Amino acid sequence: MYKTPCCRLSGLVGLSVKQKLVLNVPQCNQSARNLIQLHRRDPSNWLTYQHLIFLKRQYVIKNSELHQRAIPKQAPALTIVNEREDTIERRVQRIPTIDPADRHTVSQPEDVNSEAQPGISTLKPVAEDAAEQRDSVSGTVGTSHETPHVHVETDKAKEERLDRQWKQLKVIVADLPDVYAKLAKIKLTALVVTSAAAGFAMAPVPFDPLLFFVSSLGIGLASCTANTINQFFEVPFDSNMNRTKNRPLVRGQISPLHAVSFALACGIPGVALLTLAVNPLTGFLGALNIFLYTCCYTPLKRLSITNTWVGAVVGALPPVMGWTAATGCLGQGALLMGGFLYCWQFPHFNALSWNLREDYSRGGYRMMSVTHPSMCKRVALRHSLGLIGLSTLAPVLDVTTWTFPIISLPINLYISYLAFRFYREGDRGSARKLFFCSLWHLPMLLLLAFTCKKPRRDPEEPPAAALALALQSSLPS
Amino acid sequence: MASKTTAAAWRMFSPFTLHSPCSISALNIRQCSSKLATKQDTTPKGSPFRPAVSSTHDWIGPPNPLSNLRPIVYHIPENESDLQKRLRHLRQETEDWNHDFWTKQNFSFTKQKEEFIISQLKAEGLTLRDEEGRRRSLDSEVMAVFYKGFLDTNGVRHSSYNNEWYRRNFTITMLMARVALRNIWRTVTKRNDNNSTSAT
Repeated sequence: MYKTPCCRLSGLVGLSVKQKLVLNVPQCNQSARNLIQLHRRDPSNWLTYQHLIFLKRQYVIKNSELHQRAIPKQAPALTIVNEREDTIERRVQRIPTIDPADRHTVSQPEDVNSEAQPGISTLKPVAEDAAEQRDSVSGTVGTSHETPHVHVETDKAKEERLDRQWKQLKVIVADLPDVYAKLAKIKLTALVVTSAAAGFAMAPVPFDPLLFFVSSLGIGLASCTANTINQFFEVPFDSNMNRTKNRPLVRGQISPLHAVSFALACGIPGVALLTLAVNPLTGFLGALNIFLYTCCYTPLKRLSITNTWVGAVVGALPPVMGWTAATGCLGQGALLMGGFLYCWQFPHFNALSWNLREDYSRGGYRMMSVTHPSMCKRVALRHSLGLIGLSTLAPVLDVTTWTFPIISLPINLYISYLAFRFYREGDRGSARKLFFCSLWHLPMLLLLAFTCKKPRRDPEEPPAAALALALQSSLPS
Repeated sequence: MASKTTAAAWRMFSPFTLHSPCSISALNIRQCSSKLATKQDTTPKGSPFRPAVSSTHDWIGPPNPLSNLRPIVYHIPENESDLQKRLRHLRQETEDWNHDFWTKQNFSFTKQKEEFIISQLKAEGLTLRDEEGRRRSLDSEVMAVFYKGFLDTNGVRHSSYNNEWYRRNFTITMLMARVALRNIWRTVTKRNDNNSTSAT
């Protein structure tokens, strides 16, 4: 596995030194790993390169203010070895035991990664709890008795470092676009709009560019609203999970009221646009989707595993909305497109959640991967096979030609094979493979469906004109 | 000892200097924040990064290592209305309550996880560390048993926390909205008054 600079430095420099490094390195590492894997799959993915460069730059900036305060870890070699096999799961922020009798005093500034074990004085600090959050605040147990060969951060310096991390709760207008993008989970929204566009494109009607644009905009705004309200509800949970702790509301970049206002400012025009400019059915579906996501899925995440099924419906609605936007009615084709997304969600999400089990458990999220692991694997496999079935159903419902099940068979078989491997092995590697496969599988599937779209044949037109129309409707625009 | 604890507490709460050392343990340190927040700003010490005395905004700090939540120091305006006071108290109280819950949650999770690992290793007859001194790690399937158990035992506690959190979050946001509207109303009426007085 490619070893990023993050990995090496995290071995050398005590992760306990800077909170920011602790916060960023796991992200950096995991993101870098993910990106490298993505890169291997699709070298022309511009997102990968930009991300990598951005991460490197971020890392360098952090690094430059680090080197003067470096406190090498006590057991660097062991950490590196462990970390290589380690994934984000291990890099959970470990909370040291609170031992009031033995509180960390200012005069013992050896910021080592102490093991959170009550009563066990670690003579050798634990190597695997690499990402323990360190702060000079009392309550942390620094029980290592080794004398480090380091120069120590003075109290004043530590204070100053922490003071610098205090920020005013003030809106910085220049940051707002970035904040809004994060609130709206802009990349996820883009994927949602893409799946809706696929539904729109597959509808057996002449392509109307204005309608397409308006409906995409409306669906995008609705998605922004749903994502923002979701973040508004989940601030304390997001703070405690590695994946989500840099969200704007968690960091205090904007107030909750501001976030809700933004959500309303997106949602009301979005749904209104869909209802008035497209059709009421699409508007209704948009509002329903927002409701399902914010009021059903988000609370259910902490109550029961049925949240995954609700989430799958939420993911399936956008292509249905795209279809209804184009045709104005809820046809079989709409349900089929929704069915594709619904089935796809399971291998995608189950594989993703498999490697986040510790974070989910600590945060109190009830996911199949934590509470019913075998069901999790079974469901992922079942729905991957279901994709093959749905692809075969497509020509039966006159959505695509018979070419589609044939040419989509390789990718469907591949994802089913990975799901089967995940079912049998159930380890982190197979889960990761399945997850990354799902990321490219869906766009490929939708693209193949589009290329195999059944050409429209209008019976009243003369044959030549009908052929021209059919060609026109099946051309990508 | 007192100086050390106050220094530690002060680090937690940079904008204010502690004159009266609160009884400080790791958990109680946050309860002090309610008392501290009601004190007016006092002279800050030398560091240039500390918020100035005449701060006009709330300040948000780095995540607390126990609860991973970020503490907020609330700014108290001069003519604080009742509504604003209610809002501030509710926010402070919710923050403390949240911190309390998550500290306990994280602490018990880590403690129970350790106990589980040790008991599992004992059952297999292995020591905590292997020959090279590295900690033994358990298979993720074995750990999954622990994660499931943790969720199951804490199910009721989690759902009651959920309900309470949603309620509080909603109330705070509604209060913020009311405060904001009232401020706008005041600004508008003041401007009207100024216009009318300047006209006459």
